[in-house]
Amino acid sequence: MNLHEYQSKRLFAQHGIPIPRGEVATTPTEAREIARQLGGKAVVKAQVLVGGRGKAGGIKLAATPDEAEERARAILGMKIKGLTVSKVLVDEAADIAKELYLGLVVDRAQRRVVMMGSSEGGVDIEEVAARSPEKIIKVPIHPFVGFRSYQALELALSLGLPRELFNSFTRIAMGLYEAFMGSDASLAEINPLVITGDGRLLALDGKMSVDDNALFRQTTLAEMRDVSEEDPYELEARRFGLSYVKLDGEIGCMVNGAGLAMATMDLTKLYGGSPANFLDIGGGATAERVAAALRIILSDKNVKAVLFNIFGGITRCDEVARGIVAALAEVPTNVPMVARLVGTNEEEGRAILASANMITARTLPEAAQKAVQAAKGQLGGGLS
Amino acid sequence: MSILVDKNTRLIVQGITGREGLFHTQQMLAYGTKVVGGVTPGKGGQWAAGVPVFDTVAEAVRATEANTSIIYVPARFAADAILEAVDAGIKLVVCITEGIPTLDMVKARAYIDQTGSRLIGPNCPGVITPGQAKVGIMPGHIHIPGNVGIVSRSGTLTYEVVAALTERGIGQSTAVGIGGDPIIGSTFIDILEMFENDPETEQVVMIGEIGGTDEERAAEFIRQRMTKPVTAFIAGQTAPPGKRMGHAGAIISGGTGTAAEKVKALRAAGVEVVSIPTEIADVVATRLAA
Repeated sequence: MNLHEYQSKRLFAQHGIPIPRGEVATTPTEAREIARQLGGKAVVKAQVLVGGRGKAGGIKLAATPDEAEERARAILGMKIKGLTVSKVLVDEAADIAKELYLGLVVDRAQRRVVMMGSSEGGVDIEEVAARSPEKIIKVPIHPFVGFRSYQALELALSLGLPRELFNSFTRIAMGLYEAFMGSDASLAEINPLVITGDGRLLALDGKMSVDDNALFRQTTLAEMRDVSEEDPYELEARRFGLSYVKLDGEIGCMVNGAGLAMATMDLTKLYGGSPANFLDIGGGATAERVAAALRIILSDKNVKAVLFNIFGGITRCDEVARGIVAALAEVPTNVPMVARLVGTNEEEGRAILASANMITARTLPEAAQKAVQAAKGQLGGGLS
Repeated sequence: MSILVDKNTRLIVQGITGREGLFHTQQMLAYGTKVVGGVTPGKGGQWAAGVPVFDTVAEAVRATEANTSIIYVPARFAADAILEAVDAGIKLVVCITEGIPTLDMVKARAYIDQTGSRLIGPNCPGVITPGQAKVGIMPGHIHIPGNVGIVSRSGTLTYEVVAALTERGIGQSTAVGIGGDPIIGSTFIDILEMFENDPETEQVVMIGEIGGTDEERAAEFIRQRMTKPVTAFIAGQTAPPGKRMGHAGAIISGGTGTAAEKVKALRAAGVEVVSIPTEIADVVATRLAA
């Protein structure tokens, strides 16, 4: 789960990290009033959960409250990478002398939380990593020891910070670590961390991702989830405990197991089609869950064929078949369907599906090929 | 031989009285695994699936001389269950549970590394040595004993490959599901090394997926240290960047972890990488015939 910039920065501020004064506005008039309170000059920033807001025209400087209102009017309602902007953050404009980067991630290879600092702030850190990796300084943190002030000091030295900023940098780095650990984050980033014209450090932008698996104990953060920014089908899927990712192809896939689901998608591509989604119904799926999954797949209007690939172990093929039949009774469709059910109770499953006029397949490659052909209208079947 | 589990495995089940724990205990017993007990705090003294239940792992180990544990407890308690097993002296801990917070695993793994114990998983189907012991949730009947070692980040995709091998009469020495989480107890390299040292394993099948760089590091290990042939499949060619594909660890982030990079690294290390998972059986069969 990702937090908005304003949410991340407020969380940072709770851990003693200096952030610009500012407020969130949902209307141009509100933006104007906030800018007035800030003293006139302000930055109006689109609050959407994607990168590249600046390049898309979602971040604008305003010299007066009037201009802030105008900017907010232009940005609110704007689409950035498919997401509609419904909130802007109006921050006091900062006088920037230098831009740095400071971030924390879970490094999988090192199995450690790693702090990263760079003197090349304000740009995408992945670009820096690709272009000049030596400009990123990494500090691995031992889980039993935690992040220590001497590590912050070493980082400050490596970044070439002026001596008078050592203390405030250490406080910021320690604060960011506390915010990260306290939130079960998988990413916490200040980019840029600026040195202002009058020589202070200020977290101008903030980004946080929280581990979905830890939301059970991060109840305050869980409530901050902005569902308006999520795909409605992905939301619906989560409600049923399904793992679903919408893609832009034409073959709807329903599979048990994440690895097999990915392999099934890959095979549709290999045979000249393209997957409409990733969908893992999980182990031991009930008929109810399967029915929900099929409703979600069929609500995607791009879907021209549906491919069921079930390798029954704990999951029983008859249970899956019952879910499919139940969903089809609710949502009649002409979309052709290819079913490949093997493993536990496969005979019973096939018998249940026999009434549903489906194309059947024995192997995974055969199923994928048939689904591709069906999507192109080259195979019969379906419920019409 | 074989690796990790065999006839000498004496297994306890943590979370034995839960729905999943009980069902799979029965399945493992039916397969012939020596399940010697179970643990559920507060239910010590009871029996489940015909084996005694204890309150703690330490107690279970004292009473049963268990050397292996399998964990089915809910995610929020699972990291604790892993540490409890390690502290009780269990040498092999297999954690099936999905959804453990990553930072819990960072700590747990650092702790395990200081002991002589090994963790498989979490978020994995477990380990099976066909005909000897099944310590996991995989369908036992699709496996037959043989000489192909299997290591995988996936569950059902592995069953698919195993079934294709078995259909051709090709048996498996041991099949290990290492799990789909970002932080796991044993990585490809750990298991590849065991297979390399196992006299009964003649060739190895490796099933990877997008996310992280474990496959790339495995490729380097294979190039430098493996004498046995490796055949691989990598899932997620069509996965978009930045989206978690079911498994917590299956995500392309910051341009790293793509299937294309992994395939490239493995091929450069001399691994035959197939584009259809069941083709693994064809490649393995060809090698056996050669």
